[in-house]
Amino acid sequence: MAETLSHPMLPHPYVIRQVRKETPDTFTLELEPDDGHHHPAFAPGQFNMLYLFGVGEIPISISGDPTRPLPLVHTTRAVGVVTNAMRALKRGQALGVRGPFGTHWPVEKAEGQDVLIVAGGIGLAPLRPAMYAILAQREKFGKVVLLYGARTPSDILFRRQLEQWRAQFDLEVYVSVDRATGAWRGNVGVVTKLIPKAPFDPRNTVAFVCGPEVMMRFTVAELEKRGVLSRQIFVSMERNMKCGIGWCGHCQFGPAFVCKDGPVFPYTEVKELMTRWEI
Amino acid sequence: METLEPILAEHPFLKGMTPAQLQLLVGCASNVRFDPGQYIFREGEEANQFYIVRQGKVALEIVTPQRGSIIIDTLSNDEVLGWSWLLPPYHWHFNARALELTRAIALDGKCLRNKCESDHDLGYELLKRFVHLIEQRLQATRLQLLDLYGS
Ligand SMILES: Cc1cc2nc3c(=O)[nH]c(=O)nc-3n(C[C@H](O)[C@H](O)[C@H](O)COP(=O)(O)OP(=O)(O)OC[C@H]3O[C@@H](n4cnc5c(N)ncnc54)[C@H](O)[C@@H]3O)c2cc1C
Ligand code: FES
Repeated sequence: MAETLSHPMLPHPYVIRQVRKETPDTFTLELEPDDGHHHPAFAPGQFNMLYLFGVGEIPISISGDPTRPLPLVHTTRAVGVVTNAMRALKRGQALGVRGPFGTHWPVEKAEGQDVLIVAGGIGLAPLRPAMYAILAQREKFGKVVLLYGARTPSDILFRRQLEQWRAQFDLEVYVSVDRATGAWRGNVGVVTKLIPKAPFDPRNTVAFVCGPEVMMRFTVAELEKRGVLSRQIFVSMERNMKCGIGWCGHCQFGPAFVCKDGPVFPYTEVKELMTRWEI
Repeated sequence: METLEPILAEHPFLKGMTPAQLQLLVGCASNVRFDPGQYIFREGEEANQFYIVRQGKVALEIVTPQRGSIIIDTLSNDEVLGWSWLLPPYHWHFNARALELTRAIALDGKCLRNKCESDHDLGYELLKRFVHLIEQRLQATRLQLLDLYGS
């Protein structure tokens, strides 16, 4: 009952159970409710509004396993005021959480087809729940391919997990970095370079793409060149947010609100907007 | 003895070349292999070949005094390595080092240049393919410069 009465603008206090440094500028927080609040389930690709008391509130995708909603897991790259203050938080400290909000990666749509996941930089965090969801019902999909691009080897997110996934027989994982020193044995070059040779059937593939907008644009172009249908491609958009629930108009993106119509969009819906600068 | 013609004919880079043109290429081609860590060529050396990688992985690297060797690109199966043989003064601009055991077909640049001079159809066909390759690498380099993953 308390759940239905809870106001979507009212953050619930969560306590930090664990802090993990992922890369020099990225960290993961594991959170648990601190007020007996019933923690809601989430779908891969959804986000929460995280409120750092006295500093500000920002949207951050959930990066944990949707089949195990607790602890609540968020992976964040420190870029500015709120994210840097968040990086300084320690175990036992509290955060406000509202959500989950937004649309999800349509994993169900990919059943019976190949799934291609293309992530760049921090974009792997919003896609990790989709990987978990797919792996939990692996038999329902054809080939599952993950392509990940990072700036340098030390910027590779979830490195150990990527290595474990790569060792699995029913999963293809390819990682590429923009530049590396002589000790790196892996691929060098932008992530789009991996697309022409990745082992999937383009006419029968659903693709999920997440990363900075320019990376998604070039990725989609390469996917289309390979023959993946536009309507089978999904992207996750980012816009500054305030309310997170379609009230304030802050996150307007053409005719859509990223917070409630997105963040995950079919590419066909955002195609025009993605190539226009002023949006 | 196994001829290299069927391998060249099937390679995506050479697809569409006439049997006669492939014959001319075979005359300049040889099988090569490189052990992990072995240099295929080094910056500043004379560029007298290009390579079609059949299997393996090759790093293109630049050595800088401050940061040591930096890998700027890797090439693997079916990719083509090297176009400096086409352009005077025919010197390599990077090091190429095998990261894994790499098998490739080497095409002798001097031999090819001579054939292209006397057979412009062959020269045009090869140039079209190299221009496409150079355009792809230029695009990839631009994306690398954009720092795609956001700062
Ligand atoms: C739906 C959604 C999901 C998101 N999920 C995640 C996530 O899982 N992990 C994560 O780390 N971030 C995620 N973000 C981005 C995150 O919300 C922003 O990085 C954050 O709001 C920045 O707040 P700040 O106060 O730290 O930075 P500000 O002080 O507001 O900005 C400081 C500087 O950082 C730049 N900046 C702001 N946002 C970004 C950005 N996204 N990328 C690069 N530079 C930026 C600004 O232009 C400015 O120059 C998501 C955004 C949306 C809309
Ligand atoms: S953030 Fe308020 S409408 Fe989307």
